[in-house]
Amino acid sequence: MAVETKTVQPQEPAATRFWNWLTETQVWKSVFRHNRPDNDRNRVLVMLSNVFLHLHPVRIRKSGVKLRYTWCMGGLSFFLFLVLTFTGLLLMFYYRPTLEYAYTDIVGLREHVPLGIMREMHRWGAHAMVITVWLHMFRVFMTGSYKPPREFNWSVGVVMLVLTLLLSFTGYLLPWDQLAIWAITVGSNMARATPFLGYEGPGAALLAIGDVKLVHAGSDARFALLGGTFVGEGALLRFYVLHCVGLPLVIAVLMAVHFWRVRKDGGISGPM
Amino acid sequence: MQIIKDFFNYLADPRLFFLLSVAALVLLMWKREMFAGKAWGYGILAFLAVFLVFGAFDPNFLLIIAKPDNVPIVGLIFLIVFFTWYSLRQGVLNDRRIAAGLGPEEKEEADRVWVWPDLVYTELIALVLCSVVLIVWSIVLEAPLEQPASAAATPNPSKAPWYFLGLQEMLVYFDPWLAGVVLPSLIIVGLIAIPYIDTNEKGNGYYTIAERKAEIFLFLLGFVVLWCSLIVLGTFLRGPNWNFFGPFEYWDTHKLEALTNVDLSQYLWMRLLGTGMPEFWLVRESLGLLLVFAYTFVLPVVLAKTVFKGYYEKMGPARYYVGAFLFLMMMSLPAKMLLRWVFNLKYIVAIPEFFFNI
Repeated sequence: MAVETKTVQPQEPAATRFWNWLTETQVWKSVFRHNRPDNDRNRVLVMLSNVFLHLHPVRIRKSGVKLRYTWCMGGLSFFLFLVLTFTGLLLMFYYRPTLEYAYTDIVGLREHVPLGIMREMHRWGAHAMVITVWLHMFRVFMTGSYKPPREFNWSVGVVMLVLTLLLSFTGYLLPWDQLAIWAITVGSNMARATPFLGYEGPGAALLAIGDVKLVHAGSDARFALLGGTFVGEGALLRFYVLHCVGLPLVIAVLMAVHFWRVRKDGGISGPM
Repeated sequence: MQIIKDFFNYLADPRLFFLLSVAALVLLMWKREMFAGKAWGYGILAFLAVFLVFGAFDPNFLLIIAKPDNVPIVGLIFLIVFFTWYSLRQGVLNDRRIAAGLGPEEKEEADRVWVWPDLVYTELIALVLCSVVLIVWSIVLEAPLEQPASAAATPNPSKAPWYFLGLQEMLVYFDPWLAGVVLPSLIIVGLIAIPYIDTNEKGNGYYTIAERKAEIFLFLLGFVVLWCSLIVLGTFLRGPNWNFFGPFEYWDTHKLEALTNVDLSQYLWMRLLGTGMPEFWLVRESLGLLLVFAYTFVLPVVLAKTVFKGYYEKMGPARYYVGAFLFLMMMSLPAKMLLRWVFNLKYIVAIPEFFFNI
């Protein structure tokens, strides 16, 4: 009898077999429309078929991926914004913006949540974002990247820088401790001196009908900002709403414009 | 040891602090070939670190540095110093290449790479590192929470959030309507206007100093010296009653500083002419108003015909006048500082009747 020889394939590791099985399932294929991006075709597809990665181009200048050139500060600013949105959302579960509860809610957050670092991450992340946004502007200036055709995007960036500061400023009041209320008092007192619109500003006295002043402590720019003549209940609510809803919405829209225009203005800057 | 501390306390005086910052910037730009060396960059950072560690042994210094909300500013000092030096170094290296006819380094890297994996992995690593730093920072340092808010207990000093302390420092020299409203608005307008004023086509998309000397000097003067260094000054060196305190000095609430500042109109009518102040404000402040008018509206015209003739011809009237106005507004801060320090000048125009003081 002839002996049948049988060739035995070396068996693949379990993880590989599992991976091969997984990527063939209907569920997987419904999510990812292409194979792993290890060839040029799939490297294109991965960028085009994923809405998040689609913020990027498919290919990019070599200098544009160098830390030496970008310092990564724009990307980090965006990432910190996402971190702040997430941690801020969690903080909103615990915090009520009223004189009665604001401070005690923060104390509760500190005393009763074991290992809680959400408030720390939110506060330090906010400080860090102010710094990364400044450094991003610094880098964009030093590489001359605001020059044509990117003038408009620089302007959008400046507005977002101001919004970042305003977001941080409005958030500063919310813990409702001495640090918060006096920092906001010092800051918002400036509005009192707004030319024409602040009651201690130059020109405000001109806005009067006969003896009736139109701009007084109860109707000037500072009043509009604080919802009162001092940093109190009205200011807390206004700052809370601006901090959690108003300003994030505006800055998110501008981010969309900013990222879109980076692509439309020819991608990351580089020498002609 | 005390001698070293006294020396730094002396150097930190706002006048010296500011003048030294400007001098350092001028020197850095002028001798940039030398400073571009790695030894200088790391040397300066090492000096800062040694200073910080040395200072931490002093209780007064530690009290300010270790205040939780001031920690980011310590970080800011290192980052600003590093990136100022680093961007100058990149510029110098590129300038050498350009001078040798090679073109900037970024030009050699003009070919494209795949975003997957080259960029997305870089981003992933940056994101992980950033998360680690933030989480460690959050675990180590607790967010500050002081006593509950009380309108009756005003802390001394009362400080704005740290990123506005440059503006608060301006309050020493200008009234709130200028320092808190007009000048900040002009900073925003000025920043937005930069790409529309700057007609220099060179230096687009790569580091260079030689091709954009004036732009870079002005930006560094505005951002690093007038904005960042005044924040450092306002945070670390201003204590109770916004008085100056050296880094190793105890914040004494009772420190006395004589207010000897005099208005320009008082100089004119009382000291020079000896006639006493005129009743009518327009007569009283005529000299100051004239000077401010000349600074804002006549000086740009004079400069266009003399020092800035080249810029005027290159930029055209619209760009030139907008740019010159913004430039002069930026320079009004150092100008007012110098007037204060040299002549004890309080206001150039003082019309408290209308809250119009300059």
